[in-house]
Amino acid sequence: MKKRMATTALVLGMLCLGSAAWAAEPIDTRTRLLAANCAYCHGPDGKSRGAIPSLAGLEKGYFIQQMKDFKSGTRPATVMHQHAGGYTDEEVEKLAAWFAAVK
Amino acid sequence: MTFNRREFLKISSAAAGLAGLSPLLAQAKGKAAKAKVVIVGGGFGGATCARYLRLWDPSIEVTLIEMNKEFVSCPYSNTVLAGINKLKDLTFGYGGLKKAGVRLVRDEVTGFDTEKRMVKCKSGKTFAYDRLVLSGGIEMRFDQIEGYDATAQKTVMHAWKAGPQTATLRKQLEAMPDGGTFVISIPTGPYRCPPGPYERISMVANYLKREKPKSKIVALDSNPDIVSKKGLFLAAWKKHYEGMIDYHPNSKPSRIDAKTKTILIDVNEVKGDVINVIPPMRAATLTDWAGVRTDANSWCPVDLRTLESKAIPNVHIIGDSISAPTPKSGSMANNYGKVCAAALVELLNGRAPEPVPVITNTCFSATSENTAMHVADVWRMGDDGKWVKSKSGGISKEESELEWQYMAAWAKNIWADTLGL
Repeated sequence: MKKRMATTALVLGMLCLGSAAWAAEPIDTRTRLLAANCAYCHGPDGKSRGAIPSLAGLEKGYFIQQMKDFKSGTRPATVMHQHAGGYTDEEVEKLAAWFAAVK
Repeated sequence: MTFNRREFLKISSAAAGLAGLSPLLAQAKGKAAKAKVVIVGGGFGGATCARYLRLWDPSIEVTLIEMNKEFVSCPYSNTVLAGINKLKDLTFGYGGLKKAGVRLVRDEVTGFDTEKRMVKCKSGKTFAYDRLVLSGGIEMRFDQIEGYDATAQKTVMHAWKAGPQTATLRKQLEAMPDGGTFVISIPTGPYRCPPGPYERISMVANYLKREKPKSKIVALDSNPDIVSKKGLFLAAWKKHYEGMIDYHPNSKPSRIDAKTKTILIDVNEVKGDVINVIPPMRAATLTDWAGVRTDANSWCPVDLRTLESKAIPNVHIIGDSISAPTPKSGSMANNYGKVCAAALVELLNGRAPEPVPVITNTCFSATSENTAMHVADVWRMGDDGKWVKSKSGGISKEESELEWQYMAAWAKNIWADTLGL
């Protein structure tokens, strides 16, 4: 994620200097905020410091399947079924891609 | 063409919004025109907001004004009363925020000039802002209970802000004789941490059961019933502390006598060896100085998408001070800090803030030295600017040892996330 931000900053800097001929892929600020809200339980950038599992680097398909299973109750949970039901399928997919990209 | 002051403010704030684009342009011209955000209060809300602002837009100059040298976590502090953790285990420096590029100022705010966009401090220093964030938490309403004056406050603890109050209450419990009575008075809501008083009862009971088993707890609740996680607390009290806890609903204190350690409920006097009186609360005093503590119950109405005050432009309020249906918890303050940071990044860059934020709350409560349970909810912004709570939310089926482990992990993770540890 850091690398991605650094790249974006660099590109913004270039744009600013007048080379606006090409545009960077804009940061998905909505997913960034959604992902940030996971951090208070799962750790900064999804890297947990304790018994709660890390999300950083989880394979995208696995993440999506777990969230579906939490939502449906197929995978019994202590806490996550209560969270999973609050997100749309599209949001889960974007969050999955976001955390899969965290190194 | 003439403008009245309000219109002028509107136009100038719109211009300031557009001017948010100017730091980049100014840089190109070799000028420094960084957008300035001043945050007052380095608790869960303010510290999180500061860290994420720097993370998401390093071009913003972020100043955090905090009067205390260190951060002391209120969540988890009931375990200190049980003797399970020490206060130092929940105490952290602000070095992580400094590393993130936050300008840290240890000072006490004494006032605001929201027209000139200026914060005044005790040291005489002033701080100019484009956007101001107030994260001052709560103010105790000692005036609502007769006898809870400055002298009484020296010996009767609320311990509802973690720190010296927690340490003193712990000492009082340690000094209590076996066979003594601990009396706790719980205020009517909204107050900080809805399950907190009942967790405190559990943690004090846990200590007394181990160290002073003949002792009793009298809980005087101003509310008509246990406010949060009722079934789970009642089950825990029966399982771990049967016969120790005497719970009284509808027991609002009218007067206290600190000398005789007595709480008066109507005509009944309740005496204790240690009394712990948590008074009713309202938004932090500094929100009143800024003119944003404007609802009927002295909380701060805000636009929940940006956390900007509904009363004063460019002033944002986060955490326990706001008027909202969400609980006043550390988790929520952390989430609101991020929603506010995200909105500020957009606003200061001349863009529209996220219209549909989603926030979550996950609050663990300890029930014994190795068991805990939780409440978890998800809120999504509705078209009308109000939170819609997901039906999926709820509480634990039962307390468990696993949840104690999760609670410990939650604490480590939220401290790291908030303070950049």
